[in-house]
Amino acid sequence: MIEGGLTLEPAAVLDADTPRAAWRVRACAALLALYALVALLGWMHLLPDAQAFVGGSQQPPSASSPALWCGTDLLGRSVLWRVLAGTQTAVTIGLATVAVALPLGLLLGLVAGWFGGWIDDLIGWLYSVVVSVPGILLVTAIAYAMGRGLLAISVALAATEWVGVMRLVRGEVLKHRAMEYVLAARVGGASTAQILFGEITPNVVHVAIVWSTLVLVAAVKAEVVLTFLGLGVQDGASWGLLIAGAAQDLVNDIWWPLATTVTAMFGLIYSVSVLGDALRDAWDPRLDRAAFEA
Amino acid sequence: MTRFLLRRLGQALAVVFGVALLTFLLFHAFAPDPVRAALGQHANASSVAALRAQWGLDRPLLQQFWLFLSQIIHFDFGRSFVNGDDLATLIGNGAWVSLAVTVPPFVAGLLISVAVALFVAYHRGGRIDRLSRALFVGGMSVSALVYVIVLQYGLAYKLGWFPINGYAGGWAAPHYLLLPWLILLAVSIGPDVRLYRNVLLNEVRADHVRTARAKGASEARVLVRHVLPNAAIPILTNTVSSLPFLILGSLLLERFFSIPGIGDLVVSSLANGDFPVLKAVTVLSALALVAFNLLTDLLYVWADPRVRLA
Repeated sequence: MIEGGLTLEPAAVLDADTPRAAWRVRACAALLALYALVALLGWMHLLPDAQAFVGGSQQPPSASSPALWCGTDLLGRSVLWRVLAGTQTAVTIGLATVAVALPLGLLLGLVAGWFGGWIDDLIGWLYSVVVSVPGILLVTAIAYAMGRGLLAISVALAATEWVGVMRLVRGEVLKHRAMEYVLAARVGGASTAQILFGEITPNVVHVAIVWSTLVLVAAVKAEVVLTFLGLGVQDGASWGLLIAGAAQDLVNDIWWPLATTVTAMFGLIYSVSVLGDALRDAWDPRLDRAAFEA
Repeated sequence: MTRFLLRRLGQALAVVFGVALLTFLLFHAFAPDPVRAALGQHANASSVAALRAQWGLDRPLLQQFWLFLSQIIHFDFGRSFVNGDDLATLIGNGAWVSLAVTVPPFVAGLLISVAVALFVAYHRGGRIDRLSRALFVGGMSVSALVYVIVLQYGLAYKLGWFPINGYAGGWAAPHYLLLPWLILLAVSIGPDVRLYRNVLLNEVRADHVRTARAKGASEARVLVRHVLPNAAIPILTNTVSSLPFLILGSLLLERFFSIPGIGDLVVSSLANGDFPVLKAVTVLSALALVAFNLLTDLLYVWADPRVRLA
């Protein structure tokens, strides 16, 4: 039911082994750690209050205090603190989406690939239904139906993003289930559950993890757009709301809210993308070398 | 052959049924009450009941679902909750506008992406390749929203090269659509170039390519005459599979530039809870997608005899 075709982007020509590339991957990992720290501080309510008034209206950036490093908004709130609060929201939604989509896609992919038959047909049908509805419509419809907000967005995104994981894992399971190590496990008396979760899962999970980096990027981008359309976070702590407000400010040559938000967003998405590429290159080097040696 | 066709057709129908069920459940079982949205929190019980009856929402769910299915079969989606307009005309008008927004950059984007991908593939592993990779990953890391805001501000508001927003049909359309076209092009080229480059590079090591090289063909000729035709299938698949989405237009662009296409229709329907519009657009676009997939499969069968065995 599910046609093969392109799965992950077929791998790239690699420069993963050059010192400069290794340095870039490390820098991105460090940057991601920083984002994780911001989110962690946010969850523990240790971030500075984004709603507090720290200065005059629309003050340009100044070095006098950290709150003013990125200027203030119309109400005199710190742009930096608001962007940090938005960062917490973005990371939360990204991780929540992956936390639902990854296990769901993995499980359905394992089951579909292993059992085949009507089970495969049923999961394939579910897959086809989800991919047949344009993503943005399905996500907005689910977010709308669930009553907006952070949870609604995560559920909506996970409901559309599990399909990619499922398709990849199913394809891998089809390859693996006839391999010797699986036969050996079966001869050794392993149950189906033991083979699926103990033998096959460790050998296919990397594909799902690499795909998860794409899911995370998609979720962060989608949150911004959904919030901008009024379907997402309502309480001010979101890059989408910041960008929407910043678009208004731009007309008055107030550039710092947009610049700060875009920089924060760029840093997160870029480093997740680079890290995802690096993971794929490290775990799945077959295609890359072939292309490179041509 | 007939068996294959019947099987595919059956699957397509099952998917359409699934989409209808999903859409129906989303809007009727989970969504906030559209009657309340239309009349406000303080409407009295009799007017709520009257509107509910008028919109057919007082009937049993199963009967409503059956009605929805027959609407799909008859291609008649009733009227808008909000202004009572006939949905067929509403969506029909919007579709032409959306196509005017999306088709020109789609065609230009395909040509440019393939050309750039060939160029990058020619320089594979070199500085140009690395630079373009960093550039495109960077470009894709910025929300499309930001492209729209910055380009609208810079090119239309500051420099005055384009109208800030608005739309007119006929020959005046390009005047308003040029900037949205440019933005769509800018957003779509990054991912496509990356995909096509990788598709090309997967083909570069094939035996027939080595033979061509051994015969003394130049690298450029090898790429264009021997690699490109064999990479055409994935490129075409990617192209064909995005065709149905063209009719949807672009939610963000149409919103920002006040272009009255399907995207704008969807956004305003979300804002005022106009379920019939949302349901119709969802189901229609799914229908288009299923139909295109079916068509693509048939084309494969016609083009590649090996598929018939599957």
